[in-house]
Amino acid sequence: MTPWIVAHVWLIPAAPLLVSLGILCLPNSRRKPAALLALLGQIVALGLSIVSFLQTLHAPGFRAVYNFTWFTFGEQTLRLGFVLDPLTAAMLLMITFVSLWIFVFSIGYMAGDKNFSRFFAYLSFFSAAMLGVVIANSLLLLFIFWELVGLASYLLIGFWIERPSAAAAAKKAFITTRIGDIGFFLGLLFLYGKTGTTLFYDSGYGCLEVSALVAIGASATAIALLIFCGAVGKSGQFPLHVWLPDAMEGPTPVSALIHAATMVAAGVFLVARVYPIFSLGAVHGVTTSLTVVVWIGVVTALMSAMIAIAQYDIKRILAYSTVSQLGLMMVSLGVGGVAAGIMHLLAHGFFKALLFLGAGSVIHGAHHKQDIRKMGGLRGVMPITFFTYAIGMMALSGVPLFFAGAWTKEEILHATSHWPSSRVPYFLMMAGVVLTALYMTRQMIFVFFGQRREASSHAHESPRVMTLSLVVLAACTIFLSVFLSPAWPWLHEFLLGGSAHFAFGKIFQPMLFVSLALVAVGVGLGVLIYRNAGERDPFQSAQPALFHFLENRMWLDELYEHTVIALAKFAARFSDFMDRYFWDGLVRLVGGVGKLGGILTKGFDERAINAGVDESAAGASGAGRLMSTIHSGQIQLYMGAAALGMVALLLLYAWLT
Amino acid sequence: MITALIVIPLIGALFVSAARPQQARGFAVGFNVITAIVALMWWRSFDPSATGLQLVERHDWIPSIGAEYLVGIDGLSLLLVLLVSLVFPFALLAQRASRGQCALMLVMQSALYGTFTAQNFVLWFLFYEMSLIPSFLLIKIWGGEKRDRAATKFFLYTFLGSIAMLLAFLGIYFARGTFDFAALAALGKSGLLSGRAAWFVFAGIFLGLAVKVPLFPFHTWLPDAYETAPVGVSMVLTGTLSKMGVYGFVRLLLPLFPNECKIVGPWLLGLAVCSIIFASLAAWAQRDLKRMVAYLSINHLGYCMLGLFAIASTTAKPVAETQAALSGVFMQIFNHGITAAALFYFVGLLEERRGARGLDDFGGLMQRAPLFCGWMSVAMFSSLGLPGLNGFIGEFLIFKGSFAVAASFTAVAVFGLLITAIVFMRAMQALFSGPAKLEFPELRPNETLVVVPITLLMFAIGIAPQFVFNIFNSSVVRMAQLFA
Repeated sequence: MTPWIVAHVWLIPAAPLLVSLGILCLPNSRRKPAALLALLGQIVALGLSIVSFLQTLHAPGFRAVYNFTWFTFGEQTLRLGFVLDPLTAAMLLMITFVSLWIFVFSIGYMAGDKNFSRFFAYLSFFSAAMLGVVIANSLLLLFIFWELVGLASYLLIGFWIERPSAAAAAKKAFITTRIGDIGFFLGLLFLYGKTGTTLFYDSGYGCLEVSALVAIGASATAIALLIFCGAVGKSGQFPLHVWLPDAMEGPTPVSALIHAATMVAAGVFLVARVYPIFSLGAVHGVTTSLTVVVWIGVVTALMSAMIAIAQYDIKRILAYSTVSQLGLMMVSLGVGGVAAGIMHLLAHGFFKALLFLGAGSVIHGAHHKQDIRKMGGLRGVMPITFFTYAIGMMALSGVPLFFAGAWTKEEILHATSHWPSSRVPYFLMMAGVVLTALYMTRQMIFVFFGQRREASSHAHESPRVMTLSLVVLAACTIFLSVFLSPAWPWLHEFLLGGSAHFAFGKIFQPMLFVSLALVAVGVGLGVLIYRNAGERDPFQSAQPALFHFLENRMWLDELYEHTVIALAKFAARFSDFMDRYFWDGLVRLVGGVGKLGGILTKGFDERAINAGVDESAAGASGAGRLMSTIHSGQIQLYMGAAALGMVALLLLYAWLT
Repeated sequence: MITALIVIPLIGALFVSAARPQQARGFAVGFNVITAIVALMWWRSFDPSATGLQLVERHDWIPSIGAEYLVGIDGLSLLLVLLVSLVFPFALLAQRASRGQCALMLVMQSALYGTFTAQNFVLWFLFYEMSLIPSFLLIKIWGGEKRDRAATKFFLYTFLGSIAMLLAFLGIYFARGTFDFAALAALGKSGLLSGRAAWFVFAGIFLGLAVKVPLFPFHTWLPDAYETAPVGVSMVLTGTLSKMGVYGFVRLLLPLFPNECKIVGPWLLGLAVCSIIFASLAAWAQRDLKRMVAYLSINHLGYCMLGLFAIASTTAKPVAETQAALSGVFMQIFNHGITAAALFYFVGLLEERRGARGLDDFGGLMQRAPLFCGWMSVAMFSSLGLPGLNGFIGEFLIFKGSFAVAASFTAVAVFGLLITAIVFMRAMQALFSGPAKLEFPELRPNETLVVVPITLLMFAIGIAPQFVFNIFNSSVVRMAQLFA
């Protein structure tokens, strides 16, 4: 018998969705009910997620599905479904939990906004769509929720729609991710055509199960890469990463929820979900598609980590850091470390949400300034924000032992080091770890240490409702590491369907010391370079050209603007031009030839024929004068007459038959 | 029963032309309520599992040329009748309309009912042409600037297409001696005509229908006509009249000329892809909202053509893919009808409020009229194929069917979805975002009454589309057998 929760797992997204619709029906001034309703939706979703999670603990590798028919076309049925397995359960728990605290934080952060309730409606809608992505047991259903997530992201980035920059950023995000989604869509069509189903698991007949995988055969690489396009767009991987930093135009809780903890992770989740297609026909765990995943991940991780060093906007630094971490997760999936990648995704959800909310708290305290050069010395005035931010920073940098991000990062490095194809990603990832520690140290020093500057002169700690979320997320970041360490790799085994055993000695693996050394180098370098940083960045003074290059995001936006976008715009204008002048010109040419013929015939008519007819026409003109009184020129009269005539014909017809 | 539906709008037209001018639109809407009720009754009594025609009426008409008065409906016809019954009241409510305008709209409605139910070529052609005259007059008399040129162009284009089609059918008649659709389709399987004659006839019918849809490169009348026509007329033109072309392809060209379609299939697919890509690109280049929506109409009908030509061009027709493509095309016909009409409706409201409809004439509307922006966004997202709304269902099935048999064409066509998204994103940015700089009244209650039902329908089809599929599923099965 199917457990109750499996058949009702859809209630998890349904709760916030209903809430969202409910809030939209409320008048905009009802702020308190809106916030309470939104929190209620999240609590229900969290509660149900816990129930689902407990369900998956019943047996290692638990997997249950609930499939149903969406519609029948012709004689074919299109079935969708929901799945509950460790991957889904872990994602559900992370998303609902982190969302809940971001919602709480938002109550304080958005308190002064005139569209407060609409914000919560959008936020709940987003949450619903995201939860839908993780419970989908069908690539089509996943795609549907995936697009809705994109819509929610669009609405939230452009929430302050009166700002032209926010509207532009929202548009850019939607279009850029849709470029990837075109690939995803084609992959979906391809897979559906090959296997005849979009269900992942369907008691042996799903597209991730043996019989379908045999049917896919050699097309697996193409399908996997097409689906990966979608992941590249959503997860901000090179070359479609350009939208994510701009997305920081949205309110900060949005950045925390969507562009750090959940939505951008959807791409990584997608790859993990359809991993059997990526790894089909693998030799020593290497396939073409996975190799592409690795290299895209490597390029993304390293490039964005470098760019992060030369940014001044506190949120943009975190945005590039997110892009970089997502690259790291992709590398992990590509080299075969699926569990490690997902664990990092989950841990990242917590600490990156924490960092973004911390940044939000800083921005809130610093009178909505986001330039880190204008801050400084906030350590004393914002102690809670400082401590929690420091925890987030250490988790992100990978300071070993006590922070969630460190164990997962270590495991990713471990997996990367065993990749048979090449050692290069491993070394580059080590460089990435150093860079991460470096830019986070830079940010900490600029924001919290040194002299208080312009924006921080009147700073104050944020209200309770905001700092509460920071403390909870910080505690989780530390607490989570219990399940992640190699001594008791509980989460690892949970995801893979094994069972974990406690072995304290395993904590001290060589990789622990490698990562310790890497972080030490990064932080040390950071302190060395930025210890006296003030209004000016020492790195900028030392390497102005390089800094300029990185500050301008390697000119990638400009490159796209002048190549792809310019070409597309030209194509649009060209199509319009062709329509107006070429095709229409052809038509007019044909018309002109006809007209010429008309003129010639007319000449012939007038000279040869009309001469005789004119005589008789004189008589007709008398009758014409009489007729012209009837032709009043009123269209109503004509139409009435026409209609009358038609009825007369109909009557005639009826009479004849 | 069917004759009643054809006649009611005509009686309505009479009534309206006799009514006082200020009452005309009320009468027209009233008659549309009656036709809508009749159409819904058909839907109720329609047996979705039966194959073949229902509610058939057959009378001799002109026996000497084999012309019969033969009307009947199958799933596709019913779908289109329902669409016409839905779009016309919506269009009549879209703007103030004079007596003549209302009367002509009703005449056109009658012609459309006739076109979608006639099962004999002569009768069908009569109705097909009958729709042309009111559309011409509506553009010519009540259009905006450049109306003379647009109307003439519209008339000449479609009329020339019609003549080509008429000649083609006369050719068929002289060769095979029948005008009956079913009989012709049965003959089509073994080759209706042979040699050069077949190609001439094929070309004639193709031209007539391609102009009507319109298919690239026979589309240049459309942007001018839709741009200048009054909003209600644009809604009807795009929502229902353009479906006559698609209907003709399904009913006539594909069943009558399977071999010819197969031979030139790749070329036809190429034209469909050109329609999709170039029309969406051209929409991107427009500054006039009405013209932009007009181009997107070409783009959306291009998807229908892609699905049909994909089936037509393959020898081995896998049943699942054929049924997917046909279902998708029918779904798209219906969805495009309501979504494009809704978009024109909103453009009409914009124009009415500001006296202009350029992309740059607005801005910051979200500050002034959030409800207006919200409802209009739904129509836009529906048009760009967002899942959860109606547009996605049809497009997904069309692409599913066409990808399996014409992967490379489909792969190019899918980029139409991207360009459409760009077009709407740009429009939303220009209209809704930015600081509020102008006065703009919020959606009025009477407008809300029009917008809400149609939007709810978009959601209903997007989320639980089975009730629409039920209308035409058995027709799809039968047609898939016919084409196989």
